[in-house]
Amino acid sequence: MLAFLEQTGRRGVRAFDELGYATVLLGESLFWTLFGRRWRQPVRFASVVAQMMHVGIEALPIATLLAAAIGFMLAVQSLYSLGLFGAESFAHVGIALALIREFSPLIIGILMAGRSGSALAARISTMTINQEVDALHTIGINPVRFLVAPALLAMVIMLPALAMWANLIGLGAAGLLVSSSLDITMAAFVTNTIEVLSPGDILHGLGKSVLFAVLIAIIASVNGSRVRGGSDGVGRVTTRSVVHAISAIIVADMIFGFLATT
Amino acid sequence: MTIEHAQTIPFGDAHAPSESAVAVRGLNAHFGATQVLYDLELTIRPSEIMVIMGGSGSGKSTFLRHLIGLEQPSSGTIELLGKDITQLGPVEMLDQRRRIGVAFQGGALFSSLSVAENIKLPLREHTQLDEKTMDIMARMKLEVVNLAGFGDHMPSELSGGMLKRAAVARAIATDPKLLFFDEPSAGLDPVVSAALDELIVRLRDAMQMTIVVVTHEIHSAFKIADRITILDQGRIVEVGTPEEVRNSPNQRIQGLLNRRPDETPLDPEEYLRRLSGDDQGLDDRTRTRHV
Repeated sequence: MLAFLEQTGRRGVRAFDELGYATVLLGESLFWTLFGRRWRQPVRFASVVAQMMHVGIEALPIATLLAAAIGFMLAVQSLYSLGLFGAESFAHVGIALALIREFSPLIIGILMAGRSGSALAARISTMTINQEVDALHTIGINPVRFLVAPALLAMVIMLPALAMWANLIGLGAAGLLVSSSLDITMAAFVTNTIEVLSPGDILHGLGKSVLFAVLIAIIASVNGSRVRGGSDGVGRVTTRSVVHAISAIIVADMIFGFLATT
Repeated sequence: MTIEHAQTIPFGDAHAPSESAVAVRGLNAHFGATQVLYDLELTIRPSEIMVIMGGSGSGKSTFLRHLIGLEQPSSGTIELLGKDITQLGPVEMLDQRRRIGVAFQGGALFSSLSVAENIKLPLREHTQLDEKTMDIMARMKLEVVNLAGFGDHMPSELSGGMLKRAAVARAIATDPKLLFFDEPSAGLDPVVSAALDELIVRLRDAMQMTIVVVTHEIHSAFKIADRITILDQGRIVEVGTPEEVRNSPNQRIQGLLNRRPDETPLDPEEYLRRLSGDDQGLDDRTRTRHV
């Protein structure tokens, strides 16, 4: 019993410590992004673009596939459930709102946590073990400015962009099924959908995307920089980073959705 | 000279000139509750090759991490090229780091960059040089370390000795006045190790750098050193020329030089504390540096 309490206490302290470190990392990243040039430590545009390519453009094929699958799946379930009440003609309402407010940011967030978050955690942890982070310090390069800030910026830009892309692809896939099932034209589906959506719905989804991007980048950086041991440690923090990021995304999604809707 | 004497006599000052490249005064360091460096005093002259030696766990790597500003001491001062780095703000520390080069044990080259890009990184970050000039500079530095033609290679394509030389090329990219080496000979065969020793001496002679080498390779240390500092259990026990160190009456130094195992009697209380896991400092000692 005592051992259990001790272990719980240790974990609590460590979680609190990591939360504090995450806040510091976020603050430092924002600082270098905004004031780095004044301190002769600018966040390099080329680094941000390179990260954007990796985080966003290279993820486009898999994001497209997932968005189409989600859109199609939402259409199948909406047509089925609304069909029980003979209300299939309102399928576009549920599909559009669910996709844009919920599923696009969520699925792109999870994709990015698994793909880019893990890559960032692995990169930082490997660099830490190989003393590359120490080398950055001794060269006079702030590692947060050099490693974390470009990744954070790239994710904050590319996750909402990918979420918008997922909206288009998801709605397109859903439209194909709905229009053929209800025997309406694609143009009619699009018109109905646009009538249902408001700018607030789109901003809701984009706001979530930005929040998810910050969570993924910071969680990956915190885990990556706290590596211990060799390659085993890299694997452990990478897995931990993905699990933490996905958990944080889902919890944050719930809180954000509740606060923004009620 | 005994360890007890070493605590009170500042060895480095015995030969200290008024001007110094490195001046360490009253340096104490702790990892958690465990003290790892005790009241270190050391002066290193300009253009001198100072080798810091000691057995495993003697504190030499920790001392180096303090000298290059990767750790903050509990107390004491570390003056590098006339500036106390323990008192510098972030911008001043940045300027100071540009005047210092560090070659890490494993090279610590950035694995995602080519060798030439590694060398150009400090130039890109700290100078306004155009790309062509930086290319020329990178080739010049590679020539200095006998790695001409390897600029386009990735670090993973280099051998251990080549990695260390490439790390030296990066460390001297901004023409620092002070260069630190962490275990330059570790893991290298005798021939490659000898070539690296010659490179260190050549760098000092050609570029008038002050060079601090942390090593446990006795042969290498005596070959390149102007003076040697011996650390033992976190304390400086000897500072002198290779000849003075070789003739030191200190039994622990003679044990280190002649590869005799440590015959310090076991402290039963300390042993029991280690077994019971009450030695809180150990966890902290194995930590890694955060981003």
